[in-house]
Amino acid sequence: MFENLPLWPTRASTTAGNVDALFIFLVTLAGIMCVLIFTMILVFAIRYRRSASPNATHIEGSNALELTWSLVPAAIFLAIFVWGAVIYFNERTPPQGATEVYTVAKQWMWKFQHLEGQREINELHVPVGRDVKMIMTSQDVIHSFYVPAFRIKQDVLPGRYTVAWFHATRPGTYHLFCAEYCGTQHSGMIGQVVVMEPAQYEAWLGGGGATGNLASTGQQIFMSLGCSTCHRMDTQGRGPNLTGVFGKPVLLEDGRTVVADEDYVRESVLNPGAKVVSGFKPIMPTFQGIVSEEQVNALIAYIKSLSQPPAGVATKPNFSPPPGETPKTQQGK
Amino acid sequence: MATTAISVTHERENYLNKEYGVKSWLLTTDHKRIALLYLLSITFFFFIGGFFALLIRLELLTPAGDLVQADTYNKLFTMHGQVMVFFFLIPAVPAVLGNFLVPMMIGAKDLAFPRLNLLSWYLLIAGGALMLYTILTGGVDTGWTFYTPLSTAFLNTHVITAAVAIFIAGFSSILTGLNFIVTIHRMRAPGLTWSRLPLFVWANYATSIIQVLGTPVLAVTLALVGLERGLHLGIFDPQRGGDPLLFQHLFWFYSHPAVYIMILPGMGVVSEIVACFSRKRIFGYKFMALAVIGIAVLGFLVWAHHMFVAGISLYAALVFSLLSYFVAVPSAIKVFNWTATMYKGSISFATPMLYALGFIGLFTMGGLTGLFLACLGIDVHVTDTYFVVAHFHYIMVGGMVMAYMGGLHFWWPKISGRMYPENWGRLAAMIIFVGFNLTFFPQFILGYLGMPRRYWQYAPEFQVLNVLSTAGATILAVGYLLPMVYFLWSMRYGKIADANPWSAAGLEWRTPSPPPTHNFEEPPVVTWEAYNYDELKEAPGER
Amino acid sequence: MSDSEAVLTHAPGLQEHFATMEQQRDASTMGMWVFLITEIMFFGGMFTAYMVYRHAYPAAWAAGSEHMDFWWGTINTVVLICSSLSMAMAVRAAQTGARKALVPLLILTMALGCAFLGIKAVEYHGHWIEHQFPGPDFRFAGPDPRHVQIFFSLYWAMTGFHALHMVIGVGLVAFIAFWGWKGRYTPEYYNPVENVGLYWHFVDIVWIYLYPLLYLISHKHVM
Repeated sequence: MFENLPLWPTRASTTAGNVDALFIFLVTLAGIMCVLIFTMILVFAIRYRRSASPNATHIEGSNALELTWSLVPAAIFLAIFVWGAVIYFNERTPPQGATEVYTVAKQWMWKFQHLEGQREINELHVPVGRDVKMIMTSQDVIHSFYVPAFRIKQDVLPGRYTVAWFHATRPGTYHLFCAEYCGTQHSGMIGQVVVMEPAQYEAWLGGGGATGNLASTGQQIFMSLGCSTCHRMDTQGRGPNLTGVFGKPVLLEDGRTVVADEDYVRESVLNPGAKVVSGFKPIMPTFQGIVSEEQVNALIAYIKSLSQPPAGVATKPNFSPPPGETPKTQQGK
Repeated sequence: MATTAISVTHERENYLNKEYGVKSWLLTTDHKRIALLYLLSITFFFFIGGFFALLIRLELLTPAGDLVQADTYNKLFTMHGQVMVFFFLIPAVPAVLGNFLVPMMIGAKDLAFPRLNLLSWYLLIAGGALMLYTILTGGVDTGWTFYTPLSTAFLNTHVITAAVAIFIAGFSSILTGLNFIVTIHRMRAPGLTWSRLPLFVWANYATSIIQVLGTPVLAVTLALVGLERGLHLGIFDPQRGGDPLLFQHLFWFYSHPAVYIMILPGMGVVSEIVACFSRKRIFGYKFMALAVIGIAVLGFLVWAHHMFVAGISLYAALVFSLLSYFVAVPSAIKVFNWTATMYKGSISFATPMLYALGFIGLFTMGGLTGLFLACLGIDVHVTDTYFVVAHFHYIMVGGMVMAYMGGLHFWWPKISGRMYPENWGRLAAMIIFVGFNLTFFPQFILGYLGMPRRYWQYAPEFQVLNVLSTAGATILAVGYLLPMVYFLWSMRYGKIADANPWSAAGLEWRTPSPPPTHNFEEPPVVTWEAYNYDELKEAPGER
Repeated sequence: MSDSEAVLTHAPGLQEHFATMEQQRDASTMGMWVFLITEIMFFGGMFTAYMVYRHAYPAAWAAGSEHMDFWWGTINTVVLICSSLSMAMAVRAAQTGARKALVPLLILTMALGCAFLGIKAVEYHGHWIEHQFPGPDFRFAGPDPRHVQIFFSLYWAMTGFHALHMVIGVGLVAFIAFWGWKGRYTPEYYNPVENVGLYWHFVDIVWIYLYPLLYLISHKHVM
């Protein structure tokens, strides 16, 4: 509308349209309810004012009316619930094959790691028309990744990963806000999401600043920290073979079964004694304080790349498999 | 005239003039005097919290952070929230109006545990003193929600003293609730069955259940936060193996029902006022009583609707969203019943009624926006934005504070023996109504546009709406100052009030204004239903 | 608390805002029950935290529990149950007017309560010198010390709050013992004794839950 008085946020994702439709419905509904009640009150206030109505008529109540104005709103509420739940379910279920971007939030900035190796701070370049999945963790306190134009928001927690996804529909530059109070510069922890046409995005991807893609960075870390000493690509290692592990169930020493997701890999690196794989001894040292969150992300990207088919790499992979090894699908002893 | 007025009140002994002196007030066990002690205290805290709000709104006149520093701003919104919630809203209606009126409404001489009642007040003062200490020695900036690990491991402000202050104030609330529950169960006058109770008593009863069941969970949660901070425990800190979401669950398990502690007594006040100024029994009395109990119970089942984007599972989110819609139903029922009460009534518009009508309108708006927030798809976009801020201020300020003001005006003659000046009362009510809407309606728009809450600086396109909001806040401030002035004025110069200036139903109106210390010479025997307006004479000043 | 109110008026009789003794007694007892419900909610928060973490980290929980002193814990449980027995007998003595038995039974209850606290102090000392207090000095040999530290955090917090309630309980029993010695309680008026009894039994029951949850998780015991 007016330049200085925007009344509606820009719509720039597939979700935005759905959310706006529901919102408009709710505003209309609320408006009708308000008009109904306010009008009734006004009419009664005038029609039954003392001078016009010196005597009140005593009415105990009406069970029929009570039932009606309980059940009808309840039914409407149920409908709103379902509509909202469908949108939410969609928002919480990233599509298969989405481009992954790792995010590390810290007081008071946003750090992004693209799989192709680009790193950004407070600015996120994404292609239009493609599913993008943010895999996010915090280095310190709880933050929240909020892009009003996409109508998405997801808290970013220390100690685990949370996921948000979107499908941008309009090129442009949009606000990115931290939406969970996180200390002094909470209101300064902002940035922008730059949505680009595919050609421009490819150009930007290739435009330098990359230090090799994320998975190969992870592989380098894996080697340099000595992980490959125990986590060999055969069954002789003191640690489980990690090929094909990601995304599959893992049997633990204490009998439980967990899925090897991002949280599991992160915990295994930082607190290996918490979930020991069945058949292995709890001898893995902790890397807490030794690896940064970004390095953990790189390791995760590497371990994901060891799964067949490669998980989470939507663009063409340009890394080579570890020399001399053929990936085998195995889950420890 | 003035001399006659004063000599009239001096002739009859009442709870105000029975004894003079500071000790007679500070060691009183009379529920009416304790109510006035609370009135003074919470009014003091209201203006402190209000002062912080004014500073916040002044800072937000411009997008840049140019009035105060970022840390200061963070302290302002934190302490605004803490003071307003724990030292004003939670005690306001129960501890002021409830304390004064519940024993009288049930025909009792006092609450079940008068000394415990005084202890409750001292606990509020102790907590308040510690809160003041926190404020004066540098403040706290955790947000009123104390989220971990920010509050336990990353801030250098007075987190522990603030937590302890609220912990102590929490026990004030618990003991008041305990007192009311036992009083309402055990001390009703002969003949006063549950179904004959005024809805104000039902509302305080429901509130007391929440206070008793919910507040201890806040207490233990704050205790754990304090221990974690002081002793480095790690229960809520992922760096030490803990889970920050556990804190959120424990915190909101109390803090959601807490909002019903804040609103239910106000709903009770509105029922009393609407019945009196429509000269008829509340429509659907049974449903109104059940509704407050229903809200109290259901209110305990919805806490995680504050956590839809916090990282809870999808299925948990679905459950809590659905339950949140259930709790909206009894609230809607109440609005419909109040409206229906006006139908074929005989309505007048004294100041209390203006506040009650304002409550119904603004609570309706606030409640409807709650439907937006309970809706998962919408909440993802608007949670942690000004939409939420607007929603809860519509309920708390547009609802609760207006109900409190309405109640103060309605029962002022009974409390003080004086009438407040009616025209000033109406003027203040209208100023508050206008100021309120101007302050908070723009915030719904700001929220949907995407302005996050707790932002010291903001994107420039949000400025015009923020300016409108600040303008409203200044009007609101004037509206709140006026009653302070004229209530004080009325204590000396106000018209002497009769026992029942509104010709209202209810046992409290059958005592003189102000009442004697023991309320009733003889315990009344109740043989009539509540709101027996068909039996009461209409003209004011009768009996 | 109503028992102290009743005691501090001139005669242990009817307070002016109550219509009858029966009303006063009913109100007073109900007040204590409502208070105990608030205590359930208070401890409930910590039990919730305990359950959440135990479900997530069962191995760490078992490992931590192995380092609880099984014998002291068991002895303490017996001590506390005996104290509840003596407390119940004291209430019975007040109810039947057995004045000579009342005060000794109350003192026995206090003694057992103090014994409990003493044993707890010994246990705490043992944990302290083993560096089993959370914080920078915490040490645990074994996998997943971080979650064992959380076990210990909850151990100290839960038993600490329980011990605090025991201290208050001993104080309340002392109070009742004093006024009992003064002859305050008769079969017509012994409500304060009953109410303190309720409080004491409640604190005992909290321990009955704490004991298995903290001490009996694992079959193995180190201490």
